[in-house]
Amino acid sequence: MSNITGNEIIHQYLRHNKKFPHVLCAGCGHGIVLGTLIRSIHALGIPKDDVVVVAGIGCSGRLAVYVDFNTVHTTHGRALSFATGIKMSNPKLHVIALMGDGDALSIGGNHLIHAARRNIGVTAMILNNNIYGMTGGQSSPATPEGATTMTNPYGQLDHSFDTVELAKGAGANYVARGTVFHVNRLEKIMMEALERPGFSLVEAITPCHTQFGRKNKYKSPVDMYKWLKSTAIPVERFNELPADKRVDRMPIGVFVDRGKPGYEELYYARQERFLAQAAKGGK
Amino acid sequence: MPRPKKRTEIFALGNEAVVEGALLAGCTFFGGYPITPSSEIMEIMAARLPHMENGVFMQMEDEIASMGAVIGASLTGRKAMTATSGPGFSLMQENLGYAVMAETPMVLVNVMRGGPSTGLPTSPAQGDVQQARWGTHGDHPIIVLSASNVQECLDMTITAFNMAEKYRTPVILLLDEVTSHTREKIELPNEGEYEVFSRTVPSMPPEWYKPYEETVRGVPPMPPIGSGYRFHVTGLTHDRNGFPTQRPEEVVELMERIHRKIDQFFYDIQLVEEIMTDDCDVCVIAYGSVARSAELAVRQARSNGVKAGLLKLMTLFPYPRRQTEKILARAKTLVVPEMNMGQMSREVKRVNMGHAAVRTINRVDGQIVTPSEILKVIMQG
Ligand SMILES: Cc1ncc(C[n+]2csc(CCOP(=O)(O)OP(=O)(O)O)c2C)c(N)n1
Ligand code: SF4
Repeated sequence: MSNITGNEIIHQYLRHNKKFPHVLCAGCGHGIVLGTLIRSIHALGIPKDDVVVVAGIGCSGRLAVYVDFNTVHTTHGRALSFATGIKMSNPKLHVIALMGDGDALSIGGNHLIHAARRNIGVTAMILNNNIYGMTGGQSSPATPEGATTMTNPYGQLDHSFDTVELAKGAGANYVARGTVFHVNRLEKIMMEALERPGFSLVEAITPCHTQFGRKNKYKSPVDMYKWLKSTAIPVERFNELPADKRVDRMPIGVFVDRGKPGYEELYYARQERFLAQAAKGGK
Repeated sequence: MPRPKKRTEIFALGNEAVVEGALLAGCTFFGGYPITPSSEIMEIMAARLPHMENGVFMQMEDEIASMGAVIGASLTGRKAMTATSGPGFSLMQENLGYAVMAETPMVLVNVMRGGPSTGLPTSPAQGDVQQARWGTHGDHPIIVLSASNVQECLDMTITAFNMAEKYRTPVILLLDEVTSHTREKIELPNEGEYEVFSRTVPSMPPEWYKPYEETVRGVPPMPPIGSGYRFHVTGLTHDRNGFPTQRPEEVVELMERIHRKIDQFFYDIQLVEEIMTDDCDVCVIAYGSVARSAELAVRQARSNGVKAGLLKLMTLFPYPRRQTEKILARAKTLVVPEMNMGQMSREVKRVNMGHAAVRTINRVDGQIVTPSEILKVIMQG
């Protein structure tokens, strides 16, 4: 685990000219996710210049403004396509895509599936707050059934997406889930994800009290963190539970760790073979 | 004196010439999604790029992703492009706006097909002229080029890359199916015979660099991502440092600069070819394959004793206003033939402001505009 302190983070990794105070609400989990990311990068010793944070649109998307890396704030849902172009063009870069649940699973769903299928060497981080935060609390594909939202005043009828199952099915190399309550575990997962080749996906469950909690019986942000604490359970333990006990629990931990080489690696290896053949072939 | 090396002649499809032009201009990244009549561009890129040092070809999941990947590639310092047709062009508009706002060079080739919607898949049309100008949301400048024969497909692709790099902006090359699918003999220029322009990279130390700073040309230098200049890129309206802003003076500064950097270089950007316009009474204004029919019609009119001329537009936007105004000083009639309901004639009428009679010829049946159709209108005077 990284042992960089708050002050060191501020001085080394945050952009202090004009970028603060930040836009996040009190109690928002997004800042915790960003802290995790910074500490993981620091612990792995990745130089700032080698990191590219590509963000989508939403409260989560705004995080890119605050960190002193190469940062690209893209269009809604499209972070992974920009990230793909960057990684393929310069495979030495550590490309991290920060996305919201609406961003990644709804409008960006197609890009998510195909980035996973292609196994492009990008670390995707989905900040799942079960809601569209920035636009004022409309339903997202991760909104639980029955929850109340601005666009589902009578309760969500749609089934909600399981990000982990989706990414697994699409072929992602590394898939994990954590919560902002279990910070140390999230940090460990994040470090693993950054080190793995190919497409790795981390789903971070992060509370949005402003848009989700208040309308769904969580009186304060603290209630939301208590909910994370009581709901999340390590996947190993989850698997041992009888079916009826699993209903309200959410497994966290690592779900897939396949270790396949990334797409860019395969592409450039083939290109090298072509170039070597051409060089041998005369001229 | 050393004899200049003989140029290589090849027999090529318009779409093939686009690829040749792109590679000569230094393109090393192609991201796309197949659609006729543009598919050959993608297919040939798929075969060629993996054999070139650092050449990257990506078949993306759709046109939105293609644009995203191309912009990402460009941010790392590469010359990148995509190619599409009608419906794909519509999908690209979102990220096209992003490329304008983030000032990311790239080339987008749109081989037009009949529309709206899936329309006439592989029939010639010129229905995307105003979409190219105004398809993405917001007030924005844009450079749109065209080509009327296969050699021009090659030449204008090189020009498109050069303008994209020079002005840090996406450039659209609008082709029509006739040009793209015509096969004719073209010459490949020898190295050194054509200009290759690459974006200016910053010379100042990273601490001094402001990614969206005002410069003499209005075009800030652009370092590759990961080269030590850490900055923020966004589609939001941003200040000189690249960070989002809503302060009116900063918003206006950005908007004015991105317009000015294109507008003030009209002499470099607005390309036309004039054929017998010096003394013309009737001037045809045409672009794309229609300009070929128009040239024949103009020559026939001359042999019939009518002083006809042709203003062939190679740049569609910013509309070549100066060159049109010059012709308006003498021509009594302007004839604008197009394979649409009148998308470029709007621009001509705007510049004309009642000086001359403007006659339009519009075909939307998926057929080409013939020389005799144009000749008939010229002869009416
Ligand atoms: C193409 C497009 N459609 C819609 C929007 C409006 N929009 C902005 S943020 C957002 C949702 C954000 O929700 P989520 O991705 O869950 O992130 P959060 O704000 O909750 O972190 C939407 C729909 C947009 N910016 N672009
Ligand atoms: S609206 Fe929700 S997600 Fe957005 S900053 Fe506030 S708490 Fe966080």
